[in-house]
Amino acid sequence: VDWIALQVTLKLAVCTTSILFVLGLPLAYWLAVARWRGKLLVEAVVALPLVLPPTVLGFYVLAATGPYSFLGRGYESLTGGRLPFTFPGILLGSVLFNLPFAVRPFASAFAAVDRRLVEASWCLGVSRSVTFLRVVVPLSWPGLLTGLVLTFAHTVGEFGVVLMVGGNIRGVTRTLSVAIYDDMQALDYEAAGQTAAVLVALSFAALCLTYALQRRVSSL
Amino acid sequence: VAAAADLQFALDEVIRAFEKEHPDIRAKVTYGASGNFFAQLSNKAPFDIFFSADAGYPRKLVEEGLADKDAEFPYAVGQIVVWVPNSSKLDLDKLGIKAVTDPSVHKVAIANPRHAPYGRAAEAALKKLGVYEQVKDRLVLGENIAQAAQFVESGAADVGVIARSLTLAPAMRDKGRSWLVPADAYPPLKQAGVVLSWAKDREAANALRTFVTAGKGRSILKEHGFQLPGE
Repeated sequence: VDWIALQVTLKLAVCTTSILFVLGLPLAYWLAVARWRGKLLVEAVVALPLVLPPTVLGFYVLAATGPYSFLGRGYESLTGGRLPFTFPGILLGSVLFNLPFAVRPFASAFAAVDRRLVEASWCLGVSRSVTFLRVVVPLSWPGLLTGLVLTFAHTVGEFGVVLMVGGNIRGVTRTLSVAIYDDMQALDYEAAGQTAAVLVALSFAALCLTYALQRRVSSL
Repeated sequence: VAAAADLQFALDEVIRAFEKEHPDIRAKVTYGASGNFFAQLSNKAPFDIFFSADAGYPRKLVEEGLADKDAEFPYAVGQIVVWVPNSSKLDLDKLGIKAVTDPSVHKVAIANPRHAPYGRAAEAALKKLGVYEQVKDRLVLGENIAQAAQFVESGAADVGVIARSLTLAPAMRDKGRSWLVPADAYPPLKQAGVVLSWAKDREAANALRTFVTAGKGRSILKEHGFQLPGE
């Protein structure tokens, strides 16, 4: 079993989930409450990664971050480094790819919150941000949790984007799914089987844990 | 037809010439990593003929009883080059293999040595020419040799150690410069093919084999940067 690849995978999943929690919450809240006609365009953009194959995303990420692009040159002049074949590079791909898996459950959870409770809170003189944190978030917690778990699980299972922009570097961009593919191609079925079994066990345990948590949270 | 990724452009042209000579045959080619094809063919993937980038895989298929002994044939010897895009400032003629150790180089693309023959050749050459230790942390691994070429063609990697055949293809020919890695720096990339025992159209597969090993196919492969067996 490739423990280093497991570490990379977990790091990628934790980072992706944290970033999408921070960025996804305000975006999802806006999607849930905004009454703007053009909103459907934003919704469509958020949902795009659900429909597009990872190769499309990988293609664009590689093209956009390479040294011939405007973005790639900007990043290089700011940081002195480049995004392709680095951990931040696959993290960028992963965040984009997982956007709908976080934002959509967040948004539907927010939309299900009774508006009257929110307005009551405002009328009682509580500020919007405090209302959001103390009324909206606790009420929509099961939905938020679902979004986080989906994002985490989906990142663990990510393959195409990482293969296209990662460059398969041990300890940096070689995730479990890429390591299994590598073992398969090197005809090392034993290693592939072991790593695959670890991944199945881990994913199963993580999902059981979340369903259990979800049940407790929603029965509170 | 299952074909190694280094044949991507050469074989397209071979097939065009082949179909002109045999108007009744249509060949459909799938390109990929040889190791991948081997795993698929071990599970009886529906291909009639397999052009590997390595003589080992066809040999193993014969040993496993998935092809007859006389169905195996050598067809080319691959070469590797150090390649940089036109925008690179590296002077390959002067630097040779030392180009990969230049401080301006962040990433060097090769195919994955664990399962791609060209990756093994590149790794062997870097070791033999004494630059491997300096360059090993800069290596990025393509899933097959075509992806390694794409990494450097797109500028995402600065230098590639890749198949000469790919750098002579129209998509790359005018976009960069290359330095031929001396043949004694790596074990020869003997490429072989095999006609599978479950070939649906054995006659057509054999016709393609003959075309590549004895017919016009030879000169086309040569133009595309392959050496020929026995030359």
